[in-house]
Amino acid sequence: MSEQRAVMRLEPVLPEKEQARAAQLAEVWKEPPGFIGWFKAIHHTTIGKRFILTAFAFFLAAGLLAGAMRLQLAFPESHLMSPDLYNQIFTMHGSTMMFLFAVPMMFEALSVYLVPLMLGTRQIAFPRLNAYSYYLYLFGGLMLFAFFFVNSGPDRGWFAYVPLSGPDYGPGKRADIWAQLITFTEVSALCVAVEVVVTTFKLRAPGMSLNRIPIFVWGQVVTAFMVIFAMPGVVVASTMLLLDRTCGTQFFNPAVGGDVLLFQHLFWWFGHPEVYIIFIPGTVIVSTVLSTFCRRHMFGYLAVILSLIATGFIAFGLWVHHMFATGIPQMSESFFTAASMMIAIPTGTQIFCWIATITTGKVVLKTPMWWVLGFFFVFIIGGMTGIYVASVPVDLQVHDTYFIVAHFHYVLIGGAVFPLFAAFAYWFPKMTGRMMSEKLGLWSFWLFTIGFNVTFFPMHIVGLRGMPRRVYTYPAGAGWTVLNQIESLGYLFLFAGVAMFLVNVWRSLKRGELAGPNPWQAGGLEWAVPSPPPAYNFLNLPTVNGSEPLWDAAPDQPIVTGLKEDVREVLTTRILDAEPEGRDEMPAPSIWPFLAAVATTALFIGSIFRPIAVSIGAIPLGITLIAWFWPTREESERRRKQDIWQTE
Amino acid sequence: MADGIEVQRRRALDVSALPNVVFSVRSTTWLGTVGMMFIEGGVFALVVAAYFYLHSRTEHWPPGFLPPDLFWGTINTIIFVLSVIPTEWYRRRAHHGDLAAVRIGLILASLIGLANLVVRYFELRHLNCEWSQSAYGSVVWLLMGLHVTHLLTDWVETLVLTKLFFSPHIEGKRFVDAEENASYWYFVVLTWIPIYLVLYWAPRWLRS
Repeated sequence: MSEQRAVMRLEPVLPEKEQARAAQLAEVWKEPPGFIGWFKAIHHTTIGKRFILTAFAFFLAAGLLAGAMRLQLAFPESHLMSPDLYNQIFTMHGSTMMFLFAVPMMFEALSVYLVPLMLGTRQIAFPRLNAYSYYLYLFGGLMLFAFFFVNSGPDRGWFAYVPLSGPDYGPGKRADIWAQLITFTEVSALCVAVEVVVTTFKLRAPGMSLNRIPIFVWGQVVTAFMVIFAMPGVVVASTMLLLDRTCGTQFFNPAVGGDVLLFQHLFWWFGHPEVYIIFIPGTVIVSTVLSTFCRRHMFGYLAVILSLIATGFIAFGLWVHHMFATGIPQMSESFFTAASMMIAIPTGTQIFCWIATITTGKVVLKTPMWWVLGFFFVFIIGGMTGIYVASVPVDLQVHDTYFIVAHFHYVLIGGAVFPLFAAFAYWFPKMTGRMMSEKLGLWSFWLFTIGFNVTFFPMHIVGLRGMPRRVYTYPAGAGWTVLNQIESLGYLFLFAGVAMFLVNVWRSLKRGELAGPNPWQAGGLEWAVPSPPPAYNFLNLPTVNGSEPLWDAAPDQPIVTGLKEDVREVLTTRILDAEPEGRDEMPAPSIWPFLAAVATTALFIGSIFRPIAVSIGAIPLGITLIAWFWPTREESERRRKQDIWQTE
Repeated sequence: MADGIEVQRRRALDVSALPNVVFSVRSTTWLGTVGMMFIEGGVFALVVAAYFYLHSRTEHWPPGFLPPDLFWGTINTIIFVLSVIPTEWYRRRAHHGDLAAVRIGLILASLIGLANLVVRYFELRHLNCEWSQSAYGSVVWLLMGLHVTHLLTDWVETLVLTKLFFSPHIEGKRFVDAEENASYWYFVVLTWIPIYLVLYWAPRWLRS
């Protein structure tokens, strides 16, 4: 056949043949068995689940560190822990929550698992790179905690400002470990960002043109672009810091032309978009859950998508609002105040669309929906204190006090953790095949919501009363004691809420009701496959007719045929209109991404101690990367015989 | 099927005639490479921004040093620019599966990369500053170091691909790899032009 086009045919439906095909696909796409097989696995659902479990484990670890802080602050002039240990604990808490929980969970974990399913394909683009990013992330986190347990945890705060973290004031290896933690997690997030963009651009089901991409995927693509443009900032900042500390460069040394604010500019070039990298996935979870539980398409689909994109752009014009207290020119302060206020426009648009969806839909109140309602309440409070601190005079007053701590916990926990628990309750049946208990779900929701507000609301007041953040204790007569004790009491409720969630997961895995493919009668493609999804995701690749493919499908909605089923082949489609355009063979499972991650880890950790480790470590890394890409002879010969070249 | 029972039929979109050897924007790896270029380009842009930020904080630029010597940097720039000719040739031939041309092109690319690296060694010897003396020296060396890293990794990649083209692994995918190797080389060349202007000419133009 000379014409390279997809052709519509009428095809007989033969149940026995379908069964045989399913068996063959399962064989072709299955993960390798055994202990070594575990390290070779590359399917996006396998790696996605590992990302989710690992990120949740770090969330629990960082939560326990928060408990240690609340215990310390429950009593004035407490000497339960030394100031040095307290410094390490709040730095570990912040760094873990931001770099090992929030971004990996909201962006990497959820998009790796869900995006290919939602787009109707069988695998994520670059699956080996995906496995590599997972191991790199895991090893980075383990390194951080290993050093913490030997009293070398970073202790300069999660943003490690110079000169405090520089060579003159930050002795030991603590700041270097922080800098390399950043490198681990950034490389991992950047790789996943490229995978998500390419998967969404090229691997969508036929018919899923740009205006039919699920809102969740749109959000993750905007997030991926933000990762791509923002994260180089922190890569450069942490590299310069490491070079200043280990190689004697002078980037931040004012005596010879360096500048400490350079670090802050680079850090917040990343750090502010980072907030939206965490928050945008939260908002698109909310949109997804809302349309399912209001039983209608999202109100204002286009307005929501444009708001997400606008948020992505404006987020890069705000970074200096973290630096109002550094003595920058007043003109820049005014500019960045205006830009900060401007972000309220797209966020407001989204909120109006959510309200319209709720008021015009038939609301079904299940656990995921409760978490979404909790999100509205908490996030809007956080957004309102955001308007306060966007204003320079207020910000100067409350800078570095507990008011800021309250503000960013309201936006981050409100904007990310509440939607995340909605996501768990919503997609748990898809991932495990079993429903979670509604009763326990509601218990954990209420315990968490009450605990959250009891813990963090008083921080506004204690901050306005002048309590600075990051102090390991406070005097008894300052008027802060009772409020701190209320906060610590709230932690117990938060703890109970999360514990209840874990009990729910445990019980549901064993005894939960069987979910079936689509327990919520939702419209996304991920609900078209069995729960949990088989190794090949879709037996028949779907075509798509609207932004909620299952709701919008025509009675005789066509399927895709003609892909090879004896190899891991996927369909590629055009970027704008998702017209079928080519076929692509996905790589097989391999141990090399894991070994490359081990080699990279050796290089990164070595560089903390000796700069030469970068040069020496590059050799094993290069070898593992070459082995990773080296094809087998049979593969090449098989493909050569069947290749169809594109005609220009 | 059993006699008399009418077989149910459904609409199916048959994609078996679609090509699997596709280039440029149709190829997933090409798009992935472009993604990586955005990331690395972002790093270059931020370091260049840091260069000018540090300049804005300093009275004399370069602070008490001579600017890097023009000779070796300019030689390398000329090699970079001329390298585009054979690269574009083998990139286009790769689209047609021209094995002989791609083999010659990759050997040339390996040799050009080697020439760039040798000249780069002399460039590094003539930067006229040390990274530990001043923030100016630090940022000059960082910018240079980043570009050396790209040059080196691209060179190793080209060597590996050349070896593959002289092995039994020839298939459509290899020609796609060859095209993408050429595209990545353009990235190395295109980022060098502004870096060359910043490192070699900015200190001359900004000298007070």
